[in-house]
Amino acid sequence: MYEHLETADPNLTSVANLKRVVVDPVSRVEGHGKVTLLLDENNKVQQARLHIVEFRGFEKFIQGRPYWELPVLVQRLCGICPVSHHLAAAKAIDQLVGIDPANLPPAADKLRRLLHFGQVLQSHALHFFHLSSPDLLFGFESEIGKRNIIAVLGEYPELGLQGVKLRKYGQEVIRMVSGKRVHGTGAIAGGMNKALNKEERDYLLQDIDQMIAWADASVALIKKVHTSNLPFYDDFATIRSNYLGLVKPNGALELYHGGIRAKNERGETLVDHFDYCHYNDIIHEEVRSWSYMKFPYLTSLGTAMGWYRVGPLARVNNCDFIDTPLAEAARAEFKAHGGETMVHSTLAYHWARLIEMLHCAESIKTLLHDPDIMSADLVAKGEKRYEGIGVIEAPRGTLFHHYQVDENDIVTKANLIVSTTSNNMGMNESVRQVAAEYLSGQELTEPLLNNLEVAIRAYDPCLSCATHAVGKMPLQLELLDAEGKLVDQLVRHSSGEFVHGI
Amino acid sequence: MTKPILVLGYGNPSRGDDALGPLLLDFVDRQFDLARIDLLTDFQLQIEYALDLQGRELVLFVDASVACSEAFDFAELQPARDNSYTSHAMSPAAVLQVYQSITGQFPPPSFLLSIQGLSFELGAGLSDEAADNLQQACQFAGRLLSHSAADAWRQALSQKHTVIC
Repeated sequence: MYEHLETADPNLTSVANLKRVVVDPVSRVEGHGKVTLLLDENNKVQQARLHIVEFRGFEKFIQGRPYWELPVLVQRLCGICPVSHHLAAAKAIDQLVGIDPANLPPAADKLRRLLHFGQVLQSHALHFFHLSSPDLLFGFESEIGKRNIIAVLGEYPELGLQGVKLRKYGQEVIRMVSGKRVHGTGAIAGGMNKALNKEERDYLLQDIDQMIAWADASVALIKKVHTSNLPFYDDFATIRSNYLGLVKPNGALELYHGGIRAKNERGETLVDHFDYCHYNDIIHEEVRSWSYMKFPYLTSLGTAMGWYRVGPLARVNNCDFIDTPLAEAARAEFKAHGGETMVHSTLAYHWARLIEMLHCAESIKTLLHDPDIMSADLVAKGEKRYEGIGVIEAPRGTLFHHYQVDENDIVTKANLIVSTTSNNMGMNESVRQVAAEYLSGQELTEPLLNNLEVAIRAYDPCLSCATHAVGKMPLQLELLDAEGKLVDQLVRHSSGEFVHGI
Repeated sequence: MTKPILVLGYGNPSRGDDALGPLLLDFVDRQFDLARIDLLTDFQLQIEYALDLQGRELVLFVDASVACSEAFDFAELQPARDNSYTSHAMSPAAVLQVYQSITGQFPPPSFLLSIQGLSFELGAGLSDEAADNLQQACQFAGRLLSHSAADAWRQALSQKHTVIC
């Protein structure tokens, strides 16, 4: 769609009349990303790329360790969704001890789902209330000092408090199931470490109806924000794509375990109920010279046509229904609003994310009333295997963990496809769309550049993992000519200080 | 019953010197009676930590910092709007601001102990320099926690820089 902007015309780049604009790093996304725009002398975009300065040592970090360490070890890959890595690794090492998902004790399966719903709920709450609501409530080009959660708390105090408490509730679910708010050891090979006791169950039940009510209200809010700004919200950063994710056997939305479903932009099914243990048969990853992050694609469609998007928009688009009533009603409204089989609006990621948050809250309540979560039958055992693959729907999309072990139970091979990698092409396409449709031909300003970041943030990318030393992440914009000479600079220091000029 | 003192050490234990905050917590866990001290750790600070400040008399945030010019810095924190744009991680001053916004009250006396770190690679251990810095910071934290009153901690400020890293 906007592929022509991935690489500028060589005839143009060979002459010294292009300027390069660098947005480095993209703020309010996890990790370190950089946007470069190559402009001609009329400020028309000739090339737009999202580069990922991603740490590439995940596999090396894991290889050489005994497999039973993985559920704890992999949580340290990411400070944002450690539980997702924990559960994907747990599903993989289940297979290493001979346990397939169907053979997991019901109590363990339900406790893992409860843990996962808690994680997705708190992650989605954080993204909407903290990271995105400033843009959505104040506008993409609002005063820079307003674009943060504290401004939201000031002007929408009830909404801000709900965000904090929804986030806290999700953390409490994690703490009750895994024993700790972070670094918990809930899942182990073949099952779970502990069940909930009655006090823990009752503690979580106290507030769940309030959480459902707030999640439901947040869906109403995002629907109002989205539909009050049409057609802009349906057009901004929007691209038409394939979508991929897990679904239940009956076609319902699934976050923990299911088969792979992929649909094309017209909603036609490309792959359905595919066993993820054979993911290598349908998905390959392409390497491009200008980015550390790979570009996954469906092999049957090839690199040009086979790229796909994952995450809330993909999941809500792909499923036939959601098996909790309030979220299902919200899904039906969501799908109906655009008049097409599939919703392609990139900003609709926010809407879909909150529908999922509502589904999580409803599902937590259902599970808390299920006596299995207090059962002592928590672990199954089987015959050792040498390969295990675990796939779940993490908050940001489909997450693959694939391990091989030797006779001594040491991991000899590890392969991870993290959710944000699957959205690599989608994010790049959205950046190009915004660059082409909203920036080209205009003088660049900080609010306009925030538009680029808004497009990326819609995907809630996790660009690397959790290191965060104080003072490390200023925002820097550089304007260079084609010879690499710095002609202008904008720096936003970590203190918030904004400096313009060389 | 909420314990009066909260020590919140944050950082990723598997990312080299980013482990400094959690490691200082290990020191407190080994050396102190925890009847009056709560220890919390996470990879990074987020909005919900504002709720953990409720009912405290003193709060000590502990973090690795690349901006420290010495082994460690110690500063009193004030609520501040978070313009840091540091993605999913919040500054401790911003957590205090969130507390103030959602409770309408001034937060409890809160301090930041920043320990100088140099290397943050995934899978790396603590650097030798950071290990030395941690030792000095632990001694300082030990003196702080044996005098659990805000005035005593403010006096300790004069022994260290008051720069918020």
